[in-house]
Amino acid sequence: MELTTIWFLLVAVLFTGYFILEGFDFGVGMLLPVLGRDDRERRVLINTIGPVWDGNEVWLITAGGAMFAAFPEWYATLFSGFYLPLLLILLALIARGVAFEYRHKRPEASWKRRWDTAIVVGSVLPAILWGVAFANILRGVPLDAEHEYVGGLVDLLNPYALLGGVTTLVLFATHGAVFLALKTTGDIRERAGALAVRLGVVAAVLAVGFLAWTLSIRSSAAAVVLAVGAALALLGGLAAARVRREGWAFTGTAVAIGLTVATLFAALFPNVLPSTLDAAGSLTATNAASTPYTLKIMTWVAVIFTPVVLAYQAWTYWVFRKRIGVANIPQH
Amino acid sequence: MDALDVARWQFGVTTVYHFLFVPLTIGLSVLVAILQTMWHRTGNERYLKLTKFYGKLFLINFAMGVVTGIVQEFQFGMNWSDYSRFVGDIFGAPLAIEALVAFFLESTFIGLWIFGWDRLPKRAHLASIWAAAIGTNLSAYFILAANSFMQNPVGYRINPDSGRAELTDFPAVLTNKVALITFPHTLAGSFLVAGSLIVAVGLWHVIRNRDSADTGAYRFATRFGSWVVLVASAAVLFTGDIQGKIMTDVQPMKMAAAEGLYRTESPASFSVLTIGSLDGSREVFALKIPYLLSYLGTGDPHGTVHGINDLQAQYATQYGAGSYTPIIPVTYWSFRFMIAFGMAAGAIALLVLWSQRKGRTPSSRWLLRAGLAMPVLPLLANSFGWIFTEMGRQPWIVFGEMLTRNGVSRSVSLAEVLTSFTAFTLIYATLAVIEVKLLLRYARAGVPDVSEQPPTDDTDDAERPLAFAY
Repeated sequence: MELTTIWFLLVAVLFTGYFILEGFDFGVGMLLPVLGRDDRERRVLINTIGPVWDGNEVWLITAGGAMFAAFPEWYATLFSGFYLPLLLILLALIARGVAFEYRHKRPEASWKRRWDTAIVVGSVLPAILWGVAFANILRGVPLDAEHEYVGGLVDLLNPYALLGGVTTLVLFATHGAVFLALKTTGDIRERAGALAVRLGVVAAVLAVGFLAWTLSIRSSAAAVVLAVGAALALLGGLAAARVRREGWAFTGTAVAIGLTVATLFAALFPNVLPSTLDAAGSLTATNAASTPYTLKIMTWVAVIFTPVVLAYQAWTYWVFRKRIGVANIPQH
Repeated sequence: MDALDVARWQFGVTTVYHFLFVPLTIGLSVLVAILQTMWHRTGNERYLKLTKFYGKLFLINFAMGVVTGIVQEFQFGMNWSDYSRFVGDIFGAPLAIEALVAFFLESTFIGLWIFGWDRLPKRAHLASIWAAAIGTNLSAYFILAANSFMQNPVGYRINPDSGRAELTDFPAVLTNKVALITFPHTLAGSFLVAGSLIVAVGLWHVIRNRDSADTGAYRFATRFGSWVVLVASAAVLFTGDIQGKIMTDVQPMKMAAAEGLYRTESPASFSVLTIGSLDGSREVFALKIPYLLSYLGTGDPHGTVHGINDLQAQYATQYGAGSYTPIIPVTYWSFRFMIAFGMAAGAIALLVLWSQRKGRTPSSRWLLRAGLAMPVLPLLANSFGWIFTEMGRQPWIVFGEMLTRNGVSRSVSLAEVLTSFTAFTLIYATLAVIEVKLLLRYARAGVPDVSEQPPTDDTDDAERPLAFAY
């Protein structure tokens, strides 16, 4: 396989990992006021992701770094072109990350309320905007012959991209609810499980619509298979959530998110950012790539370190495998 | 004002801001790991208290370092996309490796450490903080290797077809002599900050909180931090000296700009104070130490140090007409502030140690004030050091290869950069106030009570409160 194809796959894997992992973080964040009726309950919710959210976010930093190293043109055009959405994502991630750490540092209700707002807004915004961004990557954006973005903010807010944003929002919310049902005990677990089913129905409708629209824009045999797989996984997860098989439900939503992202990348290939103007302006895995020497070095680094990272991150999830409930929340 | 100016201001503000938190993370992660190791080895509860106490301050700071760091990675693509295209083949690799090798290690094991007090065996818990500390320190290496390429590009060629820089020798990029010396210098500067924070907080409790049962712990922390500061000061001086010689070699203009040395001199004197003319082209008044600059720059008291005017003429011939001179007052003063603030922290650490000699208890209000100023001094020194090294490279973004003005994103409008600059400045300012208040609150609260709560038999494990919870 060509090095550029390997790196296209690696970037796809990193974003897939990011959306599966931070997907439930975002879900937990946005469900904070819905499932957390009082402060102790909200603390239960936050503590389900407390030990892992930071490590999950590094998937994004690594994906960004891999994109920069392997496809500098893609990184440069995408990040400068999607300027305002990315700015909002950054501001949201800042507010949200600090909120997790600072929320419990003072006892005042007003202090906690403000950080709760930061967590909710900081989770909802990126959950929508990542969907908008990735839908636009697939759909293509106006790029000139030098691969510079020549559109405006309005070009990014087309109906397909907005559907993408709503789809990721509801999909992550469902994923978060399923995760909470899996990680909590008692009343919260019940409510999270019930909410997961209701959200899951909406998510399934949106996801099927979004995937179908995606395949009508750009498609490949692999993309069709993956899209069907994503839909089936989501329906399977939903069925499992209905009968409160929480482990299977979580597996279902995780696979569904993973396959949805994979569908986008499979449909996109060999493009990485198609141009809606002259096709010559499109960025592809070949014309956006670094030199073979750089890709070779990066491949070695990835081959050696990725399994190590996966091993210790998996171990972390195992260490914190226990469910938690209000009884586990300390008084201060 | 155009998009380029605002993009430069944004980079300056967000980078200096980010680097207020990074040194504390780098230094405190290791120092907290050392304290926890001491507890592990001796079983003395004092060290456990200090581990938890300084660990809390470390985490308040850590969160800020993490979230402001994402901005740094995104900013290259957002505001400096032509730079990213030009150097991506080289510059992206250390960034990606930093994330994969260092950030994953740091963030995952920090999570294990924070929440793992009752979930992990003691040894594994101790190993977690060390893994996080190693990750943090490793990350500094990769990002500094990337930055060093901008100061002293090595291991590359310019592709004549695309006009872009291409990697030809990755080991050369990682062993760039600028990187090899900047790394220990940056770490030393970081330990200067972390040690100072430990002293400042410890000393406050020693002097203000005399009757505390934990005075012994605070006295130990004060001495421990002071020694860290002293060793770090020595390391800063030693590495800074080597750095000066490398800088004279690879970026002579930066050295001349640091000194406001307009004409080539051999031997060259070190300027204690130089006042230049308003247009910055010649000096009006100067107080100098003979031979010192020659020695600092070349290792030989009679060595030649090139002056700004000669280098400007040389570069104009080499690279074409234009100004190749940084803003001299900025480089000149930031260089001096860096040295002065950094050394002041070392001097105060000596006073603090002296005040506690042979078991004495310090009580001087002046000493307390000086001690409380301590963490601020090396933070300023670090900031001025970065301002110096980045402003001293101007007008280049990659020395000798690309001008800063050619690196900015062409597709990003002034309005967009202004929006982002304003947004970051506002959120950063707000968070700075919140962070400092929290740090002070928890610093004042003092070491925690670590006595084990007796496990009551009727509560089973599932009901037990978490050792730590958000």
